[in-house]
Amino acid sequence: MTLQAVVDKLKAKFASSVLDEREFRGEMTVTVTKEEIVAVCTFLRDELGFNFLTDICAVDSLGESPRFMVVYQLYNIGEHLRFRVKAPVEEADATIDTVSCVWTTANWLERECWDLMGITFNNHPDPRRILMPADWEGHPLRKDYPVQGPDREPYQGRVR
Amino acid sequence: MANVETMTINMGPQHPSTHGVLQLVLELDGETVVKATPHVGFLHRGIEKLSEHRTYHQILPLTDRLDYLAPMHNNLGYVLAVEKLLGLTDAIPERAQVVRVLLAELTRIKSHLVWLACHALDIGAMTVFIYCFREREHVMDMYEKISGARMTSNYFRVGGLSADLPVGIEQEMRDFVNDMPKHIETYEGLLTGNIIWQKRIKDVGVISAEDAIDLGVTGPCLRSSGVDWDLRRDQPYSGYENYDFKVIVDDGCDTWARYHARLNEMRESCKIVHQALDKLKPGPILADAPKVCLPPKQDVVNSIEGLIHQFKIITEGFKPEEGEIYVGVENPKGEVGFYINSDGSACPKRMKIRSASFVNLQALPKMCEGSLIADVVAVIGTLDIVLGEIDR
Repeated sequence: MTLQAVVDKLKAKFASSVLDEREFRGEMTVTVTKEEIVAVCTFLRDELGFNFLTDICAVDSLGESPRFMVVYQLYNIGEHLRFRVKAPVEEADATIDTVSCVWTTANWLERECWDLMGITFNNHPDPRRILMPADWEGHPLRKDYPVQGPDREPYQGRVR
Repeated sequence: MANVETMTINMGPQHPSTHGVLQLVLELDGETVVKATPHVGFLHRGIEKLSEHRTYHQILPLTDRLDYLAPMHNNLGYVLAVEKLLGLTDAIPERAQVVRVLLAELTRIKSHLVWLACHALDIGAMTVFIYCFREREHVMDMYEKISGARMTSNYFRVGGLSADLPVGIEQEMRDFVNDMPKHIETYEGLLTGNIIWQKRIKDVGVISAEDAIDLGVTGPCLRSSGVDWDLRRDQPYSGYENYDFKVIVDDGCDTWARYHARLNEMRESCKIVHQALDKLKPGPILADAPKVCLPPKQDVVNSIEGLIHQFKIITEGFKPEEGEIYVGVENPKGEVGFYINSDGSACPKRMKIRSASFVNLQALPKMCEGSLIADVVAVIGTLDIVLGEIDR
């Protein structure tokens, strides 16, 4: 199975929810609507053999809309394929359904994502902070969170 | 059944067998663990956040501080990710690739030695600790000669290596891997036949293949549950496809199986080091990419181009095109991956580190619930976690 075949099957099944497909350096990324994320992940696991969830993270594009993109790195152990699924999340409604019902791995990865990026995962079995202390305020990996910590001016030293 | 009252106790964060600052809240019924809840994050340094404010070259030293028992692997994963982002993967010189494999495998031996030493010490076999650290010291000495540092090596560079190998180191490596199989036999002689060792680890921390995949376990822990998957063979990087080695798979699923798997992995690593030493030929160690790789010092002081390139790389860094990539490498603990999302500037927009220990630790409750509290120590040891990598 090639990566293009995976995309074609995904598009045949979820025609209206696949927003974008992109290939870069031989890696395939498909963007889907966040409402369908659990259905897409279940389909990828059961029908296309992506039985291993490698990672979940979120990317913050401050100033753009939608602001967040939740990124899922998948792996097919049988055929050794990597595949990436992304789902856009608006700042005003920073929630997405949990995929911990699809892969148990997602439990901690989503806790980390909530902790550091502030994306709420609906129906998550254990929605607690994981890396930061339980009483921490704010979500450190957001772009509007100063790198030196809260109550400090944003870092100005680097010229981008 | 009588009314059972459970007792909740804290294990860690200051506990000698939690390998750093890991806290486990254990709910006990007598000596049996009913529920185990790991708490992590005590060593969180915000490496991902810091990365967003540094140029790609400046991030490299931070990666040493992830899995500090296998710094070269983190360096390797990171430089491979950046090279893929830049489209430089095919431009890496042969010598640099061979040296990377060479050091990655020495690092694997070094990391597994610490695992064996601490695992055995936790369970009460103290002698092995001293032997393992003796051998590890040899690797640390080589590390120091090669990179100048015993632990935070920071030796690989985007595009190649920071410096060539020192004179005479090849023979030293050869001697080390010649002796290593004998040492492994010594460890086995001290442990494998020992009835206490056997009783402490056989049928302890059992996890089935389905559970291991579902929980995202990687590395020797997954292979000891019977899943034949090694990134070095299945998604080769840095020329691993040219080496002849066995992927150690065992379907024992318990701590005993993982013990044998790691010992055999060390033997395979010795073979790879031998092959890499045979392949080592003189040649360039940096890719021909002047906008990315720092020029040699004599070029900086003798030519205007060299000076300009050096100045630009130091002050501005390089700017990869917009895009996102993920590269995973087979760390001694499992798959360590770097997801880099670039917006075309000199710093990554987002860098996510997929840490093997973080994901593997999630399997701990599954592996020790229902067993005795003493087995928790064995399970922590067999998972081979490093808190620097978990907390990032």
